[in-house]
Amino acid sequence: MSVQIWTYLFIFLSFSLYIGIAIWSRAGSTKEFYVAGGGVPPLANGMATAADWMSAASFISMAGLISFLGRDGTFYLMGWTGGYVLLALLLAPYLRKFGKFTVPDFIGDRYYSQSARLIAVFCAIAISFVYVCGQMQGAGIVFSRFLEVDFTTGVLIGMAIVFFYAVLGGMKGITYTQVAQYCVLIFAFMVPAIFISILMTGQPIPQIGFGSELTEAYGGGYLLDRLDGLSEQLGFDTYTEGQRSTQDVFFITAALMFGTAGLPHVIIRFFTVPNVRDARKSAGYALVFIAILYTTAPAVAAFARTNLINTVNNAEYVAVPEWFSKWEDTGLIVFDDKNNDGRIQYVGDPEINELNVNRDIMVLANPEIAELPNWVVALVVAGALAAALSTAAGLLLVISTSVAHDMLKRTFMPGISEKQELLYARLSIFVAVLVAGYYGINAPAYVAQVVAFAFGLAAASFFPAIVLGIFQKSMNKEGAIAGMVVGFSITASYIIYFKIINPAADSADNWWLGISPEGIGALGTLANLLVALAVSRFTPEPPTEVQAIVENIRLPGEVVTS
Amino acid sequence: MSDSSAHSYWKANIRLVLSLLCVWFFISFGCGILFVDALDNIRFGGFKLGFWIAQQGSIFVFVALILIYIRAMDKLDDKYNLESSNHSESTPKEDSQ
Repeated sequence: MSVQIWTYLFIFLSFSLYIGIAIWSRAGSTKEFYVAGGGVPPLANGMATAADWMSAASFISMAGLISFLGRDGTFYLMGWTGGYVLLALLLAPYLRKFGKFTVPDFIGDRYYSQSARLIAVFCAIAISFVYVCGQMQGAGIVFSRFLEVDFTTGVLIGMAIVFFYAVLGGMKGITYTQVAQYCVLIFAFMVPAIFISILMTGQPIPQIGFGSELTEAYGGGYLLDRLDGLSEQLGFDTYTEGQRSTQDVFFITAALMFGTAGLPHVIIRFFTVPNVRDARKSAGYALVFIAILYTTAPAVAAFARTNLINTVNNAEYVAVPEWFSKWEDTGLIVFDDKNNDGRIQYVGDPEINELNVNRDIMVLANPEIAELPNWVVALVVAGALAAALSTAAGLLLVISTSVAHDMLKRTFMPGISEKQELLYARLSIFVAVLVAGYYGINAPAYVAQVVAFAFGLAAASFFPAIVLGIFQKSMNKEGAIAGMVVGFSITASYIIYFKIINPAADSADNWWLGISPEGIGALGTLANLLVALAVSRFTPEPPTEVQAIVENIRLPGEVVTS
Repeated sequence: MSDSSAHSYWKANIRLVLSLLCVWFFISFGCGILFVDALDNIRFGGFKLGFWIAQQGSIFVFVALILIYIRAMDKLDDKYNLESSNHSESTPKEDSQ
């Protein structure tokens, strides 16, 4: 069977599964719609969190980015996993004890202020929008390449599916589809990785194959040494050495970690488990499930890079494999025969280099480059879609709860009935899907880059406000509001300046303290913390009942319901 | 739970969290970023040590840290829940719930 038939088959099967689950788990109440009724077992929540978390960026782009960044790609690996340590130790158990529906709920109640609540709503919506556009874009790339529909149609199909199960099931539907999506995506990521590892190193575990010797067919010697050698020979940067400045890598890693811990769609997953112990446990499960992919990704990156260089460099253009021409059709591989010799020169020097490969396609192209069976190629497609759709659904839910619950029910229209609130929640998902689809089609940068900005914003706004709210009893509303506003503004304006207003200036010479826009979130976090602490010293203490809430969330035991 | 046992519970919790975060910082930002070039001089198998910690080792450590945290906190909870239930028998209505 051809790749295309396999692809249709896998997509049909996986989508029917998601839709089946959605119908089975329709939400009847706002509690079911917002937090899946609060009764999700920790193992299921761990899987759902992992799928929620691992987006198109993790699945499709990350290994590709690393394969072009070499050691510098580390900031994605450590940043996107290390944040879970912060989440598990500093946030998840306390927010579960607090026991409400959303992040703005916590901010609004803890800081006894409607303005704080609205600022949190604004941040949650802004972050989730930036992030969801990246997912739609990812789904679009996958559809356009493998179903050979155009990019826009691809995004529209993705929108329709997410819309269906998010609107129907809310958090309940999303949770159980995410469990299924986790299984699909991890299987789809591991199977080709294991295949390629066996092919190249004879070692079935990719994490070990990463540090093993290549088989004779691939020229022998340790994989990483060989890759370093190839890179040097062709004038690329040495794979296992860093090119970016240490402080930039430091700040990007920190921004991604703080952002991970501050992303509302991940935080709300911990509201869905029955109690504090389960919240801690599911954070552990989540990181275990995530680590399976994240420790495989750097191995996949190294395999893919070696394979790509071996396959295309100095190959005759007329004799390139089929996958090469198909990616050329999508414009994601561009070949320009500068010296007219009919061969592909793939080298570091931009004057002589004739090949441009979009970094987002490496994971998708990898099984074809390694000549794996057609069903494996198709499986990767289904996995990529599972990753994009599961994250998109989680984000859309945040947008919907922010509008229906925090903005309408808790602020502007406290009188509405539960039924009306549920209707507004569904309506806002509908609008959010449309807007996300629009920006997915007309988005500016690479998937992982778009997503990186969402992290900066989450890091600089929510993370300090929540941590201080738990660990600093004297933190008051003035401090928290000032901190969030300053942190968010610094981060957003830095990113907007370098990415939209003046992209030409986006280079290390012009960056502030050598920090790239991807890493500015870490500085924003610091600014938020300092401003919050300073302002709270000169303004009145929080009222005693708020201090009592803080006392209470620090202790395990029965969940308070108010 | 009485105020004093709530206080000592919280102190034990903070101590645990801080020590785990020290390891977290040392491995990720320390070994994975700041000292990575120095550690790269050590090799095992096909890996340079610094590179391996940055791309794989740190993630294993993160998982271990959370698992240690879950176990330690469960123990701590058991210890204090036990104490608080003993308390409530002898000194009724001192509960902060």
